[in-house]
Amino acid sequence: MKDAQVPGIELAGVMKRFDTPGGTVLAVDRTDLKIRGGEFLVLLGPSGCGKTTILRMIAGLVHPSEGTVRIAERELWHTGRRDAQALTELGVVFQESNLFPWFSVERNVALPLKLRGVPEADRLVRARELCARVGIAGFERAWPRQLSGGMRQRAAIARALARDPFILLMDEPFGALDAITRDQLNLELQRIWLSQGCTVVFVTHSISEAVFLADRILLLSPRPGRIDTEVEVPFPRPRLTSIQDLPEFQDIVRRLRERLEALT
Amino acid sequence: MKRVPLDWFTTPGLLLAFVLVWHFYVTWFNVSKFIIPPPLLVAESFVDLLTSPNTLKHTWITLYETIVGFLFACAIGVGLGAVLGKTPWLERALNPFIVATQVVPKVALVPLFILWFGFGPESKIVVATVLAFFPILTNTVLGIKSVDLGHRDVMTVLNAGKWETFISLELPSALPAILAGMEVGIVLAIIGAVVGEYLGGSTGLGYLAVASLNDYKTGMLFAVILLLTIIGFGLYVFISGLKRLVIPWHESVLIERQTVVG
Repeated sequence: MKDAQVPGIELAGVMKRFDTPGGTVLAVDRTDLKIRGGEFLVLLGPSGCGKTTILRMIAGLVHPSEGTVRIAERELWHTGRRDAQALTELGVVFQESNLFPWFSVERNVALPLKLRGVPEADRLVRARELCARVGIAGFERAWPRQLSGGMRQRAAIARALARDPFILLMDEPFGALDAITRDQLNLELQRIWLSQGCTVVFVTHSISEAVFLADRILLLSPRPGRIDTEVEVPFPRPRLTSIQDLPEFQDIVRRLRERLEALT
Repeated sequence: MKRVPLDWFTTPGLLLAFVLVWHFYVTWFNVSKFIIPPPLLVAESFVDLLTSPNTLKHTWITLYETIVGFLFACAIGVGLGAVLGKTPWLERALNPFIVATQVVPKVALVPLFILWFGFGPESKIVVATVLAFFPILTNTVLGIKSVDLGHRDVMTVLNAGKWETFISLELPSALPAILAGMEVGIVLAIIGAVVGEYLGGSTGLGYLAVASLNDYKTGMLFAVILLLTIIGFGLYVFISGLKRLVIPWHESVLIERQTVVG
């Protein structure tokens, strides 16, 4: 499934400082990071370790204080303006679904296409396809507020996939869901990723979720955020929920937990 | 189990109790009908009012002034509110003047409006607009400013333009607040039109009320007030009902309809 054409991401000397009333806070220390095309990369770390800031810098939502972000070999920022071409490669899923409550589910999913000027009939056909792909067929006409949290996140994933992005950025997308729904959505996400063949950067503070999903895990140290440990996860795909019972799986989880405890 | 809503009985019951208390108070204490006319006299006057050939004309004038004034208020409130909500420095610069139009005793300005715009409906429309635009404006500004930051992130990631962001995000997000402002605005618009009619002119229900008073027809005055109340109620219910049409997605509508699923 790994496609050599799928673009990757490169962070070179990226650093982020925030000015707060209490002084300057270094959120992310100088970070160099190469994300390979088609890879499933997980950024793992405790709350406030800057993992979300790294993701938001890749998404173009936060301007790095120093350093450069490259997406598909293109620099994301040109003197304060974001590269439109690089942005089209991105789909982003947030912790909250951030669906617009005034649009039906299908219109939310079709929003990225609407902004691109795709005719209404075409984009709604495409939105229904996407709804079916993420498993919310039959709810296309519902209001977001009528859906459960898990279904809203599915719709948010469908919206992120609407422009067929090469890179999917996910900021704790299942963090607010119950454990059962979370396992289910992790499986679905793997299926979608395998069929889509895109690059995924996934932020989480759940160790087992990280090990289940990732090709590679980067463990971040808290304040200032800095890449501490890198772990390759070798299990073949598609992975089943039951791999969590394997001793090798639990071994990786334990190593990460011990390192995390040492850091905090 | 099917429950009949309690308010089907309580509201008419309370109304009946009010009329009874009124009736017995007036008869037992022998109150002059020039001070408080008995309910039956008001009812008679109300029938007279409804059957009088001029009533329709007066009602129409008041409705016309109210609705046109309200529409102007909506245009100014939403238009200016959207601009101010998007441009904080302009809001800071203009805010003192906008507040000044509200803290000045507006009723004291009515003679001035009559001087400027004449005794016809125009001056009343101006009064209605001046009274009604403020809640619509402040609510629009608040609505535009209260856009969810997560929703903004979505539009930023999609590299949406300013106009697209306004149409797809800011305006719909502000609609519940704008409609709440309109609910207050329509009531103020009626007040504006009627106060304008009280103070100058020879048409409209406000004029009819003053004329009844001058003829010592207190019963008719009460009947006019009753008619104004019914009209005000109708307009308020209409604007309130717009919510179902304009923001069917909002909690206030979804909860009413009990359609929220797990």
